[in-house]
Amino acid sequence: MSALPTRLAPVPLRVLATTPETADSTTLVLESGAIQPGAPGQFNMLYPFGLGEAAISISADDAAARRLVHTVRGVGPVSAAIAALRPGDVLGVRGPFGVGWPMRQARGRTIVLVAGGIGLAPLRPVIHAVLRERAAYGRLLVFYGARTPRERLFVPELAGWEASADLEFVTTVDSGDANWGGHVGFVTALLAQARFDPARTIAMTCGPEIMMRAVANHLRERGMAAEDIHVSMERNMKCAAGLCGHCQFGPLFICKDGPVFPYGRIAELMTVREI
Amino acid sequence: MADASPPTSPDAATEIAAAFVLPAARLADLVTALRMEGYAVHGPMVRDAAIVLGPLADAVALPHGWTTRQSPGGYRLERRTDAAVFGFTHGADSWKKLLHPPRVRLWSAERQGADFVVHEDAPAPAKLALFGVRGCDLRAIAAQDKVLLHGPYPDAEYAARRAEAFIVAADCAEPSGTCFCVSMGTGPSARAGFDLALAELDPHGDAHRFLVRIGSPRGGAVAAQLDLAPAAGADIAAAAALADIAAANMGRAMDKDAARALLPAQRESAHWQDVAQRCLTCANCTMVCPTCFCTTVEDTSDLSGDIAERWRQWDSCFTFEFSHVVGATVRESASARYRHWITHKLSAWYEQFGESGCVGCGRCITWCPVGIDITAEVAALQDLSQRDPR
Amino acid sequence: MKTMAGLIREHPFLADLTEAECEVVAGCAKNAVFEPGTYILREGQPANAFHLIRHGRVAVEIYAPRRGSHVLQTLGPGEILGLSWIVPPYRSTSDARAMEQVRTFSFDAVCLREKCEKDPALGYALMKRFVPVLVQRMSAARLQALDMFGAQA
Repeated sequence: MSALPTRLAPVPLRVLATTPETADSTTLVLESGAIQPGAPGQFNMLYPFGLGEAAISISADDAAARRLVHTVRGVGPVSAAIAALRPGDVLGVRGPFGVGWPMRQARGRTIVLVAGGIGLAPLRPVIHAVLRERAAYGRLLVFYGARTPRERLFVPELAGWEASADLEFVTTVDSGDANWGGHVGFVTALLAQARFDPARTIAMTCGPEIMMRAVANHLRERGMAAEDIHVSMERNMKCAAGLCGHCQFGPLFICKDGPVFPYGRIAELMTVREI
Repeated sequence: MADASPPTSPDAATEIAAAFVLPAARLADLVTALRMEGYAVHGPMVRDAAIVLGPLADAVALPHGWTTRQSPGGYRLERRTDAAVFGFTHGADSWKKLLHPPRVRLWSAERQGADFVVHEDAPAPAKLALFGVRGCDLRAIAAQDKVLLHGPYPDAEYAARRAEAFIVAADCAEPSGTCFCVSMGTGPSARAGFDLALAELDPHGDAHRFLVRIGSPRGGAVAAQLDLAPAAGADIAAAAALADIAAANMGRAMDKDAARALLPAQRESAHWQDVAQRCLTCANCTMVCPTCFCTTVEDTSDLSGDIAERWRQWDSCFTFEFSHVVGATVRESASARYRHWITHKLSAWYEQFGESGCVGCGRCITWCPVGIDITAEVAALQDLSQRDPR
Repeated sequence: MKTMAGLIREHPFLADLTEAECEVVAGCAKNAVFEPGTYILREGQPANAFHLIRHGRVAVEIYAPRRGSHVLQTLGPGEILGLSWIVPPYRSTSDARAMEQVRTFSFDAVCLREKCEKDPALGYALMKRFVPVLVQRMSAARLQALDMFGAQA
């Protein structure tokens, strides 16, 4: 009987390290235990004891180190409890679930990543994967939109990316501060200035749905095929295994058909209200 | 234990090795034989002025001589003039309450210092015999099989119950005013997916009997214990004739192919506002629907905070919380929730599971407190789309 | 050595203008350099020029007492600076500050307006380049105003 892969019970894993990212976001490094590392774009269901579960994407490609890395923004009771964990605490994990970013299709092509807010977390493993196997991919252009400079994730790592010749990384904020010497404005404005060959490019975007729609539409106007633009969706999730029905988005289950979808598959659904 | 594999799916035609006759007076022997095999037999019985599904101690508990009259938002239990056992149409209950229970504990966890351990609950042992399953409900079970057994992550609880379940089907001779199984291609007769199938003949006199068809080896084994006489050609013809009459007496009809294409195309129809003015978002339709499978989970902990549990329970896409994401609910309006339910049931289900999610049982129509009728809503949308094609 | 007309044609904003059209508009253009911290445009001042940015970045700002200056948008090479020159009464609606050394092709607004009036085909060709920029900036500003990365995102 137990041969059936139910994956409905969490595996308790120890928190090895925590890094505060912003006022409400934290990166957790966990031992990986019996949980498979997961591919960029996949997610785990995280369970702080007794409180409930939240679907959180994997935020680093650190399989070699046998570590699970998640970046959590504490916005609800469950995610806030996860973001408040300290090293030594134990967190329940089940997963990994879902269809991740199209890393195989990305090989040999220019990769455009557009992240908004916490949406950089699910895209960071893509950057790690490309940098680890740099020659296998074309140019890597990353556009990161944040609310303010203080609300950027992974700040020490961003500096390295900005300085690196291996990728073209730019941040833009909605609102700067006195010390901000970087870009101000919406990500599409930066994207509009970037030069790349739409026919040889694959794009991946993660952020608020309105941002992803604007980004995808801009890329379509630039001549990219809808199948080459990939977006990561979010909906209510309970089981993550296609059994509970909660995450349905039109005919799709975000948990098992996604969370990453080619834009062509969901462009029409994204414009339907309350779907 | 005998053959534990579930009966064949309706896609694979079940071979009917032979047909036998069971006199009505010996129906009790079938219940007894199943109980002797270790099955907890569940079937229809009269309770609280309705026919419900419950544990059957014997065949006496079956609704002998009862029938029902059903309409949108209406259900009446009535006396028959004969002794028919299956002379009624199903009530609000469906077999999913046995195979996909309304509330199950999935696991418990215990804090041990800084750590905690998780104890996964093994599926509860349940050897169930479902007695009197109609054609529509057989197909509903097959539909839930696709969702809960044949996806990437089979559900252990359902799998355990399903593997053991012995299904006694009962052909439907008297559809209700809300039935439309013929439109959906699921009834009125049991075609596949059963261990034994009964067709009730001549319930008004001494010749009251059941035609017994065998749908699986374990069904054959149970039938063999009863030492039944083979059916005559006339019995088989009589059962077929009853099925034809039942098919001609459907209370409602639906154009399922049209519905499949229509619903996604009519997402922006003003008609959804019309439905929303009537719909109470009470979730009755999803609770009585034999294919609706949605669940939610509830995490609890004891007062000490050291023991936590996760329970899974039926949920409904009509609740406000169902589509909640951080800070907001996606399907805020009643119109969006009704649209989601009917579009999923009649259209999206094809893309997800290769068939319609509706079996035409009519429960959602009967048990809607305001009588919203899924067939009438489809017809109204069809009518509007023809008048104002988009 | 390239002519002004040849140079401005290399800027993405005017890239597909005809050679003849470039010649005409080049008559209104000159090279301009702004040192870091200097203001290229000032709110309320006559919009005497519009710029094609060649190098360096520009902060478009608005100043409010107590709030201080607030950066609405930053612009860089390949983009244009200054839209008020097209719209009466031709006054700048925000400040534009050079964040680093900025080099532009600066167009005399009066000269350019006159040429557009005289040659509507040229005026239309230019408007077809300005309107998408306006639309794109308006859309971006709307999305920015949603505060979509805020707590309710």
